[in-house]
Amino acid sequence: MSVKLSNRQVGDVTVVDAAGRITLGEGASAFRDLIKDLAAKGTKKMLVNLSEVSYIDSSGIGEMVSSYTTVTNHGGQLKLLGLNKRVKDLLQITKLYTVFEVFDDEPSAIRSFA
Amino acid sequence: MAERCISLDSTLDSVEVAESAILSDAKEVGFQEEQLHQLGLAVRETMVNAVVHGNRYSSRKKVHVTVTKAHDRLTIVIADEGDGFDPSCVPNPLAEENLLSQSGRGLLLIQAFVDEFQVRRGQPRGTEIRMVKYLANAS
Repeated sequence: MSVKLSNRQVGDVTVVDAAGRITLGEGASAFRDLIKDLAAKGTKKMLVNLSEVSYIDSSGIGEMVSSYTTVTNHGGQLKLLGLNKRVKDLLQITKLYTVFEVFDDEPSAIRSFA
Repeated sequence: MAERCISLDSTLDSVEVAESAILSDAKEVGFQEEQLHQLGLAVRETMVNAVVHGNRYSSRKKVHVTVTKAHDRLTIVIADEGDGFDPSCVPNPLAEENLLSQSGRGLLLIQAFVDEFQVRRGQPRGTEIRMVKYLANAS
């Protein structure tokens, strides 16, 4: 199973909902393309909801980092929501917990963009 | 000890095949859910390295996977037929200047999720990765 992606607005924050697996190949590419597209359209406040993502490999992590860089280079912010323990562990191992702002609930995440 | 050897094409489909076969063996040894996840990720990362960086998706090159089951461990050797590489030349993904790199985290994750890890020059060519995961070291 690859990744399913959709996005919605909560005020002026774009929430990207991801479900499935973000791994090398179709999943990671689709994720990257959507974020890049949203950033190009001027999206400045992006919250990536990973609560339905069951599995990420290093390529998926790489695309998340690349997406973060793309959005911040466009003057925006990208934050993460709903990581399960396994994804949190990956962020700890890779020290990316020092890069990403991570939230466990959506209202807190949305408020943080103010 | 039971041993299984498979040779796979240098494609991303082979990553799935190897992961599935190795996890099947791991379940027979008695690994539980969290360790299976860790092992699966380590195998996936190693296979991707072999296919993408070692063999560069060449249809003429294979990835050789050997799995040895013992009562308390699983030993996995994954070998490509590429040009080989020097692990000491891989940039440190935890260095401040590399934290935002798009790639380069595979070896770090592999080592985090197995108990023993070695990189060796393959014979006659390529790279061989040997990993061991012990049943007792559940975390």
